[in-house]
Formats: sequence, structure tokens, C-alpha cells
Amino acid sequence: MRRLLKGGRVVDPANGRDGSFDILIDGERIARVGKDLPADGAQVIEVPANFVVTPGLFDMHVHLREPGQEHKETVATGTASAVAGGFTAVACMPNTSPINDNAGVTEFILQKAAHANLARVYPIGAVTKGSKGEQLSDIAELRAAGCVAITDDGWPVRTALMMRRALEYASMFKMPVLEHCEDPSLKGEGVANEGYHASVLGLRGIPGVAESIMAQRDIALAEMTGGTVHICHMSAATSLRAVREGKQHGARVTCEVAPHHFTLTDESLATPVSYDTNMKMNPPLRTASDRDEMLKGIADGSVDVIATDHAPHHYDEKKMEFDLAPFGIVGLETCVSICFARLIQPGVITLTRMIELLSTNPARILNVPAGTLSEGALADISVLAPDLQVTVDPSRFKSKARNTPFGGWQLKGGVAATIVGGRTVYVNDHASGAERFCP
Amino acid sequence: MTMPQVAPISKLKHKDLLGISDLTPDEILLILDTAEAMREIGERPIKKVPALRGKTIVNLFFEASTRTRTSFEIAEKRLSADTLNIAAQTSSLVKGETLVDTALNLEAMAPDMIVLRHAYSGACHLLSRICQAGIINAGDGMHEHPTQALLDAFTIREHKKRIAGLKVAIVGDLLHSRVLRSNVQLLTKLGADVWVSGPPTLMPPGIERQGVRRTTSVDEAIEGADVVMLLRVQLERMQGAFFPSLREYFNVFGMTRERLRRAKSDVIIMHPGPMNRGVEIDSDVADGPDSVILEQVANGVAVRMAVLYLLAGGAEHETAA
Amino acid sequence: MPVIMDADRLGRSLTRIAHEILERNRSIERLALVGIRTRGDVLAKRLAGVLEQITRAPVRTGALDITLYRDDLMRHAVGPQPLVRRTEIPFSIDDQKILLVDDVLYTGRTIRAALDALIDFGRPKEIQLVVLVDRGHRELPIKADYVGKNVPTSLKETVTVRLTETDGADEVSVNQAQ
Repeated sequence: MRRLLKGGRVVDPANGRDGSFDILIDGERIARVGKDLPADGAQVIEVPANFVVTPGLFDMHVHLREPGQEHKETVATGTASAVAGGFTAVACMPNTSPINDNAGVTEFILQKAAHANLARVYPIGAVTKGSKGEQLSDIAELRAAGCVAITDDGWPVRTALMMRRALEYASMFKMPVLEHCEDPSLKGEGVANEGYHASVLGLRGIPGVAESIMAQRDIALAEMTGGTVHICHMSAATSLRAVREGKQHGARVTCEVAPHHFTLTDESLATPVSYDTNMKMNPPLRTASDRDEMLKGIADGSVDVIATDHAPHHYDEKKMEFDLAPFGIVGLETCVSICFARLIQPGVITLTRMIELLSTNPARILNVPAGTLSEGALADISVLAPDLQVTVDPSRFKSKARNTPFGGWQLKGGVAATIVGGRTVYVNDHASGAERFCP
Repeated sequence: MTMPQVAPISKLKHKDLLGISDLTPDEILLILDTAEAMREIGERPIKKVPALRGKTIVNLFFEASTRTRTSFEIAEKRLSADTLNIAAQTSSLVKGETLVDTALNLEAMAPDMIVLRHAYSGACHLLSRICQAGIINAGDGMHEHPTQALLDAFTIREHKKRIAGLKVAIVGDLLHSRVLRSNVQLLTKLGADVWVSGPPTLMPPGIERQGVRRTTSVDEAIEGADVVMLLRVQLERMQGAFFPSLREYFNVFGMTRERLRRAKSDVIIMHPGPMNRGVEIDSDVADGPDSVILEQVANGVAVRMAVLYLLAGGAEHETAA
Repeated sequence: MPVIMDADRLGRSLTRIAHEILERNRSIERLALVGIRTRGDVLAKRLAGVLEQITRAPVRTGALDITLYRDDLMRHAVGPQPLVRRTEIPFSIDDQKILLVDDVLYTGRTIRAALDALIDFGRPKEIQLVVLVDRGHRELPIKADYVGKNVPTSLKETVTVRLTETDGADEVSVNQAQ
């Protein structure tokens, strides 16, 4: 089955492209990219002039919750949510129940993903058995089963020694260690960023240094061992400082920032709704200056990836006293719009840089064949609509969960269609012109 | 020819009292003025008026508290309301009903007001979003305890005839105290010069942004003070290492007769109770002539009557006789 | 603004009422005046002054706030509360003849509330009612024992009493309601 995406602005940083190009898809791969390609019997899709065609977006930090927490999300609903958000691939975290620390769970996840047949799923295995921090998982087995990285996300790797071993061992497979940076003793029973706003509301605080102190540990170990560490969901300015220094000294360190950390601040704890549990996540929303530092890092290249940390929770679980509600918010279906609204429109970054952050870099860091529109690559393509008027409506999410802080937000920019392996898996009914991509 | 004293407003535009942070200075004054009138009822032989007759008020207490609950109960009964006391469990170990479910079930029986005390900040905000009944915050976690601050202000006003311009020093475990947060809101709204003092480990981040002076020197805080308010050093809420020992705390911050000489000679000593004698306050200060601690308790009933009355709603001011 | 009672007339009415009180009640030893806020208490003080002049003996007065006894409280879900003021009756009312004093008698509901309030304070021997103006339209079986002036009114009218102590001048007027 051949399809020709004709016209449309193609932004492909890996191949240095930003302009009007045609893309010929043959089966599940990209056959040709060029100007004025002949149709030659392919189904021709006239890409509207105001759409942007990019390599498939890749969210490298997503919680699919299956196995064990299917009331929150499943691989099926999670991947449906992903393609609705314009993502052709996600990397899923191992803090399921049971933890993904063995081939059995990894294979289970991959089976579910194949069955759903929407976004590609790249499982991330646990660093230690049960993520307890005591004994390394069978990492080679995890890799053979399909894991692309390891993490104990939800927790930091418990001891410096264990982190050192993990970095050394995983480097054998060129696998990065993804780290949830947090010093447990400084985090204590905190539920919000330690600062004025949490204090006024009587909420226990988590200081920014709880994150950066662990980031510093891990970056130092990466430098020493030559292993690769990726700092997950970075939120504090002090962490970014550590990352910059680490990179300067040649450490193999990369980092990601989630949309809520470059958009919201701890002021949202009180306004518009006080004690809104949709503002509760870990790491928490920080101060305005932390948020601004994240934006700077995104602009100047210190930040490598934007990843959502999509953390679905059941409606009942979030309808609790703030202290008792679980940490986390969903992010797959709002990420692209937030990026357009907060990064592109205010001129913080270019579209090229946005695609690097959402596609090229995550693919490179996790070493998977994605993130490019090269000839011969898998035809994983995101079609974005920068002018689309979007009103965030959680009740229409494809995800099972509704826990978003962006409910009701009016944004400009969204997703028109998502193509995985040459097949259209999502079309946005509200984007006029997107219907052309219907299978 | 003196005109009668009338508070500038005659109503509270709220369904709930969740915190002093929601009240304007005029509304605070209305509550205090109404409490004046309510106090007289406690001095009569028959301590009852029919104002809230037929209203059902539930005291939903997730934290044990004899003092506050009793005070509310007496206030409710003096206004002829029907009261109901529920002592519930917060502990996450006891996987019982959620707060939301408890409240919804209660609502189904149509109480007019719910007085809520809870271990977690923001619990009353959650309830207020889902319940029709008016919610009165009797203490939520570390956040606010509005009726305590109101009765504190009532007591201060009684002795000092005003709040504006007074130097008020608040000393103790500030970080974990909802009484502190409510008092800071109220006293700054009414124009007092508020100083807060305690060890740096117990100082709430950004407290100076609320218009108070902060110092780790208790002597500096109480220098020339009109009011000294001591806060309980909360043993049960602390998670380690806030200060080395009770002994050291007392030596550095404890209020003794000796230390008190720095305050004004007519200083009043306050404490929301219960007290840790020998920790934040010395017995001879607690029981001394400057102490108004027991008056605070007595005033609590009048102030709570005022709050209940004002929130329960009423008719337009009529002229027919 | 038709004035139906000026300062002079008001003063003479109070004097006349004082004499009626003395005529009807043989002694004023166990007699006290309780005025209903917020003008009844002013009138009670004035009346007490007149009685003292005549009898050369002190007459006790008190002030009663009946806000918390009104039958129209809590009638609406949310609304302004009438401001509550202190009641001050600095003597025991047990076994006393209490003269309730109010400015205008209309539906009778205020007096009903005042009776309820008074009973909570003790057990008076007898309660009599003094009003400056009776404007009719009773909704309860209540009647005044002493009346300054009977003023038939329509429901659309309002009776306004102004007293020097509270309003700067003595005057009673009847106005058409807006």
C-alpha cells in the first residue's frame, strides 16, 4: 500500500529539513522524500499548507499501568491516548504490579501493545529487583526481551553503590540508566514544593535540593564510570545547573522536562482552585524562577527531551484530601498543544528544536529506530496543526484517566493525524483537513 | 448626641468559614461585634436563645479534641440548634470510608452546617466543593483554625480595646501551626505589628511575605510587646531533628517571668492550648496575672456562636414591629 | 413627609403615659421599664426620667435585644443577618411588674419575641406594654396597655420614629413606601 503525502511543511531535524516536501510511503516504510514526487499509483494525500509533518513524536516517560493497575490505564488505552496526542511511540515505566524486572512482564507488555496496534511501546526495565534497590535485575534478560533502558522510577536507585553498578553494567549494552532524582530523607512527607505557597496552605514541602542533590550524585557517578544517566522529569533550577556542569565535564548525561514544569508553578496550589489534586505530582510544581530556568534550558539546548511523565490515576483516587491523593497527572493528550502555546508562539524555540525535543533526541537517547523521516525509516509520522484552536476537554480523553491540570484551557496548536508504520492510527475530527489522512 | 455603634456591614457573604484568608477586615469586625452580644447570653440564668432552632449541625471531628468540640457544641446548643457529634478516623491504616463518601452520606440527611476538624490541610475545601451544607473549619491540618484566631482577637480587643498598632509576638512551633497561620492573617488584616519567633527549623518558608517580622531571637520579638502568644511545640507532628531537646527549646525560647520583663508591663499572655508546661511556657507565666489563657477558652463559645449565627443565614433586616 | 408628632407633642404624650402608669399601678416599687432596642430603650429611659420627676423615686430601666427571638430568622437560605446587640437588664425581673416599651406597635411579632426573651430572664409578676405609636394591622392577639397616639395606616405606608438620642431630632412621620 503506497501513500504520498504531498505538500505540507516537513520539519525533520535529523536530516536538516524544514520546508515543503513530499513523502512517499511504501508499506510500513518511507520510500522517498523529495520535491514534486510523482504519485505513481500511490494514494495521494494533499497535506494542507498549514499542517506540519514531522518524524513520529516519542514520549519516553509514560506510565501505562499494565500489568496490575488497569483501573488507572491499560496498554490499549494508554497507546490510544498517545496517538491522540500525536505520539507514534512511548517508552513505558516499570513501576507496574508486578514490577517489570523480568522478561515475563516485558513480553506481556509488548504483547498487549501489539494487540492494541496503535503506538509503538518500548518498555523500560527495572534497575533492581522489585525496584527495592538491593539487587540488580537480570538486565541482559530484560534487554533481550525488548527493554531499551533501565530505571527504578517512582524511586531513586537506592544507594550510590547500586547506581554505580547499574551504570557500569548497563553501559555494556549501551543502555542509559533513567533516574528519578530524589533524596528520600529530604523529601520526607512532603507533598508540594517547599516554599511560600505550600507554607500558606499548610502543606509539607519538598525542597528543590532534594532533586538536585541526587542528580549531582548520579552525574558524578556517570562521569566516573563512563555510563549514561538520563535525568527524568527535571524541575529544579539547581538540577539544571548540575546537568550543565556535568555536560561541560564530559559526563554522559541527558535530561528531560515535562510540560507542566515549564508551564505551571506552585502558585497553582491555591489558584484557581485551592488544594487541587490535579496540581499534585512528584517532583512538584516549583517556583516561577525554576519554571523560567526550565524554559531557558529548553531554549539553549541544555535540556534534551520533553517527556510528559503521563501518570494516570483513577478519578476516585484523586478525589481526596491533598495529602492523601497520589502524585501524578496525565500528559499525552495535552503535550503538543502546551508546547505550541508555551514554546513556539512566544518564540522560546523554533519548530525544529521542538521536534528535536519530542522526537529526534528521545529516539537517540534510547537508541531506537525512530525520530527521523529518512528514506528507509519506519513510516512513523506525526501531522501537527499549529493553528488549530483547542479547548482541553478531559471528558473526551482517550486515556482512562482525567487527572489533568489543563482542563478547560484554550490553546492554539494541536494534532491533526498520527501515522504508525504507514498506517493512519488517529485522525482529529476537529482539525479541518485532517480527514484527508483517514485510512 | 451619639449615634449607636453599627458594624459597617451586616452580613457575611459566605456559605462557609474555611479560613481567615477568605474574610475581609470588615467581616472580621462583624464577627467580633456579634460575639459581644452573644457573650451576654452566657451570663443569663437561661443560657439559650431560639435563633438556630430547628437547624441541624454536625460536628465532624477526625482529630480528637475535647476543648474545641465542646466549645462548638455549647455554642450550638445555646443557639437552640440540634447537634450531632461524629468522631471519625483519619488513619490511612483504617481503610474505611473516604472523606468524600462520609460527607456525601451525611449530606443525604440534610444537615444545615458541618463543623469539620481534620488532620489534613484543605480537607474543608474539598468538603465545601461537594456539600451544600455550610462548612466551618475547626482546624484543618497545618492550614487554618479560624475560630481560634477570632477568639484570640476578641480576647485581645477586650483587654487592649483595639488590634491596630499593637505589637503581637507569636513564639513556638510556627511551621506546623494552623493557629499561627490564622492569627497572622487576622492580625495583619486588622493592622497589628506582628512578630514571629522560633528556631529556623520551625520557621515557615516565606512567612515575611505575609507582612510579619521574623526573628530567631525571642527576646527581640517580645521587646515592648503588648501581646505574647505562645504556641504549643507540637511533639506529635514533628518528624525528627527540628531541635535537639525540649530542655534546649525551653532554654532558648521558653517564656519565663524573667524573659517577660522585656515586654510591656501590661502585656497579656495567650496560648491556644493545650500547654506543654516547662517547654514553651513556664507555669508561673501560664498561671500568672498577665495570663488570659482561660478567658480565651470562655470567649471561644461566644465567638463560635457569632460565627454559627452569621453563617446560618437569616431574613432581610425588617422594619415591621 | 407628614409629621404626625413633633417634639412637643411627643414630650406631652410621654408625660401623659407616665401619669396613666401611676394611675393604673398603685405603687412603682416593684415596677421596672424594659425598652426594646433600638428606640424602645431610649423611650424607656425618657419615661423613667419623667416617672422619677413625678414620684421622686428611682425607676429601674433595662434594654432588650430581641433579634435572636424573631420568628423571621432563618427564613431565607442566605441573607444578611440583623445585627445582634447586647441585652442589658441589670436587675432580677422575678416578681416584678415589667413595662415593655417600644416605639411602634404594628404586627405584634416584635412584642411576641420580647415576651419570649423576657421569660428566659425570669418570671415577672406582670408584663404591661407601652408604645409610642399604634399603627394597627395586628397579626397576633397583642394589645398595648398605654399608647402615645393611635395612627391608622395603610399597609403601603411606613411609620418613622426619630429620637434625639439616636437620630438627632424628635419626630414621628408617616410616609408612602417607595
